[in-house]
Amino acid sequence: MKHFLHNFCAFCLALHAFAASANDVHFVVPGGAGSGWDSTARAVGLALRQAGLIETASFENISGAGSGKAIGTLIETAERQTGTLMVNSTPIIVRSLTNIFPYSFRDLTPVARLIGDYQVLVTRPDSPLEDFSDVLARYRQNPRSVKICGGSVRGDLDHLVPALALKAAGEDARRLAYVPYDGGGKALAGFLTGEGDVLSTGLSEALEYHRSGKLRIIAVSAEARVPVLPDVSTFVEQGVDFEFINWRGFFAAPGIPEERADAFASLLEAMIQTPEWETLRRQYGWQNRYLARAAFTTFLERQEQEIRTLMLELGFMREPAP
Amino acid sequence: MWDGVATGLATVLVPMNLLMVVAGCVAGTLIGMLPGLGPISAIALMIPITYGFDPSSGMILMAGVYYGAIFGGSTSSILINAPGVAGTVATSFDGYPLARAGQAGKALAVAAVASFAGGTIAAMLLMVAAPALATVSLSFQSPDYLMLMILGLMAVSTFASRGKVVQALIATVIGLMLSTVGTDPSAGVQRFTFGSLDLVDGLSFLLLAMATFALSEALMTVLKGDKAGAEAEAASRGNFGSLKLDREDARQMTPVVGRSSVLGFLVGVLPGAGATIASFLAYGMERALAPLREKNRFGKGSIRGIAAPETANNAACTGSFVPLLTLGIPGSGTTAVMLGALISYGVQPGPQLFQTNPEVFWSVIISMYLGNVVLLMLNLPLIPYIAKLLILPRQLLVPFILFFSLIGVYLVSFNTFDILLMTAFAVAAIFLRFFDYPMAPLILGFILGDMIEDNLQRTMTLYDGSISFLWQRPVSLGISILILFVILVPIVRAFRPGTGARPG
Repeated sequence: MKHFLHNFCAFCLALHAFAASANDVHFVVPGGAGSGWDSTARAVGLALRQAGLIETASFENISGAGSGKAIGTLIETAERQTGTLMVNSTPIIVRSLTNIFPYSFRDLTPVARLIGDYQVLVTRPDSPLEDFSDVLARYRQNPRSVKICGGSVRGDLDHLVPALALKAAGEDARRLAYVPYDGGGKALAGFLTGEGDVLSTGLSEALEYHRSGKLRIIAVSAEARVPVLPDVSTFVEQGVDFEFINWRGFFAAPGIPEERADAFASLLEAMIQTPEWETLRRQYGWQNRYLARAAFTTFLERQEQEIRTLMLELGFMREPAP
Repeated sequence: MWDGVATGLATVLVPMNLLMVVAGCVAGTLIGMLPGLGPISAIALMIPITYGFDPSSGMILMAGVYYGAIFGGSTSSILINAPGVAGTVATSFDGYPLARAGQAGKALAVAAVASFAGGTIAAMLLMVAAPALATVSLSFQSPDYLMLMILGLMAVSTFASRGKVVQALIATVIGLMLSTVGTDPSAGVQRFTFGSLDLVDGLSFLLLAMATFALSEALMTVLKGDKAGAEAEAASRGNFGSLKLDREDARQMTPVVGRSSVLGFLVGVLPGAGATIASFLAYGMERALAPLREKNRFGKGSIRGIAAPETANNAACTGSFVPLLTLGIPGSGTTAVMLGALISYGVQPGPQLFQTNPEVFWSVIISMYLGNVVLLMLNLPLIPYIAKLLILPRQLLVPFILFFSLIGVYLVSFNTFDILLMTAFAVAAIFLRFFDYPMAPLILGFILGDMIEDNLQRTMTLYDGSISFLWQRPVSLGISILILFVILVPIVRAFRPGTGARPG
């Protein structure tokens, strides 16, 4: 029903707003209702409308193939999608490298990085592992004795972060014993039952557990200490040169005019200044990580390079044939 | 606890929240009846609508939609063999035959009463034991889930009746094989996707259930031509049977409802198990416990066979609120969406939720009692009208079923590939049905296959490939003994003639 409404809205938009002005934005969500992508797109649409920056926002959920379905649709129908923004996040890099879908961010027009969350490593309060060097020490002794749990499949975000950190510390990340769960919530539940030794997850998901003392965050992937977490040191502080940001940002269809893409980017920049966005951002616990157009593309290229190197080492991908 | 109840009552008994209970139940029932549209989409739709609501009002509304959908889902399972939501697949095993036998009214009434009882008993358990149960949900580790799912697979023996053991086992294996399509979680490798983007996420349960039940059943009645269908039609024409449940029905239902509600609730409390598994387990358990004469009626329109899954799925739905409200952990897709909603209301979910927002917890529980009464009052008087659906002539009913099943699946994914895939599965299912292969074990194998593999791979990583968990974990040990029992008892019985067990 909901999808029907969205499609209906999209249809109406397409009918009489062909040369879509910046007054109407159509959001494509590459995942299902209720996903992180979904809440981001809807919050942005709401803030834009409440702040009077646009008149209408419509939404369309195209789930499947870890966002490959939506990217494919956007590319195929590019000429009709000049008023469309698609939300995506770090997995667009991971999944194009692992060939889950045959596209990459280069097939789209990067508009802006909007928000980001750091990744953390977590242990239980009774665990002898009190910081990342304890984890490293045990890993050096016997890699199989450190079981790291996470909410994504092997080779995706929650696995890559501890692997990247171990690699930065000079270890062979291939021997990491990773325990995958079907989603962050189930990983958290499993870890609380006493399974595994370390949990790899997002900062916002672990924060309340750390505050209440049920779990202990031992390292955060930020470049400097995070204000909400003054007692936890970063990987860098612990002597490991590793930073990572799990971002969410927006992409437009390929081949849209440059000025159109720039207009989208400034629209989002104007939005993050508004009190309406500030309220929503606080509610969801997101951090502003705005980065526009060229800077965003550079960032994407750098992150892709980091992940590619690791993936090659881990054997998740092969060097493409020349 | 009584302070909590008072808080809950004070929160619920205001016009706004009473309205939320009724609105949630009505919306949920309608959504549940439509094949395909599940509670997840419905609840996600509510998030923008309830934006700015008081967290309690929002949660009361969403809880109402959730258990309302499970309540309403049985209607389409019983009447047209097209499960409205995944949790009501098991209801169709006996509900549909009973409706076909001209007793649709009775089947719907049993389902409504059982749902009501399951929901209400589970709400009581939730009230008394929620904080204590939070620890139960934290005592089940991957090896324990693995053994629980294997026990569920043993329920296959349930369907292997009437001398079709080999067919039932083959169907189970087909189901298990289908569950391996998609991305392997442990290796991150794609399996059996044939390079297609549409298969990367695996097959959807709903698609398979609709193809093997609703679509193939509807097409079978056309193909067979047929005596059986015509008789059933004649039987149901103008008479859907009495709504009344007599004393005998009540006598049969009472113990079933008692056992299934506790079982369903406990399964619901476990993150990751949920209403579908609960309904299958309850159905299997009741068939195993039933006296022989009654056992043979399972699959042909047994009252117990309707009451067990209907009680269990509603109880499990209520039980799934335990990890959500006491620990802030979503145990299922539906509760994950609710967690997202809580965040958007400005409530910080987590282990503190129970202390910081007690009114949310208690008002949801109290609203469940009210909601179940509302649902019963809403559903029972409507049954005669709903059941009239069966009186539709076949040439109208069949296209109607085809339309709703195909649209239902399409509305979830918006992917035309799913329609083609569903048609292909329906054709394959018709083929299997002609050779007397039962479809229920296939569906069961498909659901459990995924979870067995997931938990097995985790267990193997955690225990470094050893099976020591079998004796190191008391829960696993207990379930293993139960599994052995389930395997051995029929064998022992078969070798002791005169105890009443006949083969088949």
